Amino acid sequence: MIHARGLARSFTTKKGREKTEVKAVDGVDIDIENGEIVGFLGPNGAGKTTTLRMLTTLLKPTAGSATVAGFDVATQAEQVRRSIGYVSQSGSTLPEALAGEEVVDHGRLYGISKERATARGRELFDQLDLDGLRVEPTTGLDPQARANLWEHISALRTDRGATIFLTTHYLDEADALCDRILVIDRGAIVASDTPEALKQSVSGDLVELVLTDAVAVSRAATALAGLVAGSTADVDGLTVSMRVPHAGRELAGLLRTLDRENIALDSIEVRRPTLDDVFLTVTGRSLREEAA
Amino acid sequence: MTLRHGDKAAYSGQAFARETWIVFSRQLRIALRNPAWVIIGLIQPILYLALFGPLLEPLASSFGAENAYTIFVPGLLVQLGIFGALFAGFGLVAEWRAGVIEAERVTPASRTALLLGRILRDVLQLLVQGIVLIALGYAFGLRASVGGMLFGLLLTLLLGASCAAGSNALALITKSEDVMAPLINSIALPILLLSGILLPMTLAPQWLQTLSDFVPIKHIVDAIRAAFVGDFGEPILWGTIWSVVIFVVLMWVATRTFRKENA
Repeated sequence: MIHARGLARSFTTKKGREKTEVKAVDGVDIDIENGEIVGFLGPNGAGKTTTLRMLTTLLKPTAGSATVAGFDVATQAEQVRRSIGYVSQSGSTLPEALAGEEVVDHGRLYGISKERATARGRELFDQLDLDGLRVEPTTGLDPQARANLWEHISALRTDRGATIFLTTHYLDEADALCDRILVIDRGAIVASDTPEALKQSVSGDLVELVLTDAVAVSRAATALAGLVAGSTADVDGLTVSMRVPHAGRELAGLLRTLDRENIALDSIEVRRPTLDDVFLTVTGRSLREEAA
Repeated sequence: MTLRHGDKAAYSGQAFARETWIVFSRQLRIALRNPAWVIIGLIQPILYLALFGPLLEPLASSFGAENAYTIFVPGLLVQLGIFGALFAGFGLVAEWRAGVIEAERVTPASRTALLLGRILRDVLQLLVQGIVLIALGYAFGLRASVGGMLFGLLLTLLLGASCAAGSNALALITKSEDVMAPLINSIALPILLLSGILLPMTLAPQWLQTLSDFVPIKHIVDAIRAAFVGDFGEPILWGTIWSVVIFVVLMWVATRTFRKENA
């Protein structure tokens, strides 16, 4: 459905007399099959928006090529536009506009009759539990409406066979909704896999021990490091932590070791890796910090 | 779908008209929801008419006019056409910032229709303002040929459409009110002073008259004045030619800007 090869876009920025070429997207390959829901994540400025703008025909690539629904984004822009819908993250309406009217007008620009666009709009607003057709579009979505929206996106695939390529800052939602995640950083794709496999790749679960006595910290760190050959545990005050693959299998042995060494625990916690950990590992930055 | 060439052209012509209409009615609906700009646009010429018009009445004979308002109302029409429409682009910058332009450009709609629908809104607004202005002028004592006034209004609309097109193109190129405002002012002020909008250039010394002959808008103002007094002679010809030339050039520039990717 979406195929890109070496897709690239550079911008020339002028600073005084000096011209610098900035590679916003530096040759990405993307393959998205019919009916897939793929999440596209990356820190701000990583190239997400530029990539999407190229795929939606808003921006011509400076190198490489891409097809959407079988049409070339550079030479068959109109056919591409006929085949896609695009919802921008930054919004797409004025505060004076009413959501219902905007939806109907937008549908009509795709060639749908006014009656059909109005009927479809009503159907859509019902599904999303939005009241009537006169909703202020700038009103933020409450958690319930957000949940409805995600359900709706999921239904677009199951009921209509739509292929969905989305960017989001809500990693838990990307995790729940997407078949596959692409991570872009500095204009290049740095990870591409199912959410599960990506989380696995972050070398395991985080095991965190909080001790009652500072004397035992170094021994606890040695015990924890003993679970994975050649590793060292992080120590921060009374807290000792380390990533361990399949922590569940190791936990009983670890506790026995600690018990044998008479190390008293205040608490123990095992955290499964999240997409944010994936993000941190592949880009060196946390998406949560970005969003905040 | 197999269409012969002729069918396809007819189909795309129809689709183009439809898309233009959708954009136009959306623009109009939003403008009417917040009519402050329409009202401000109307009040300005009314103030000129009420507070400046009476000053001209005793001077009418010195311009060689029987009725001061046949000189003054055409000037105000052009002022309305130029200034109202030149600021149309500010709305476009706001729309661009809100993501409206991008959302519309992803649809299969013709990019020229996106431009034309907006220009038509400005032309309609100008038409209403022009009619109000002429009617008010009549109340103040304007007496002019009806056909001439209609023709004058038509030239005004053509000029307004050109300015709206130019302003929209400028908005899409600069994407900034801060850049647009001084640019527009530096274009509009010399035009205002050199085209005899408030007072006819015949009052000016020779060098100033010669200078103003190079300003196309001056010829349009002269043409509308001539039309008002029913003198369908050479000034009308030149004014009409200039109106059409400006319209074609600015529409061409604006259409190109709207069709360009990444604009």
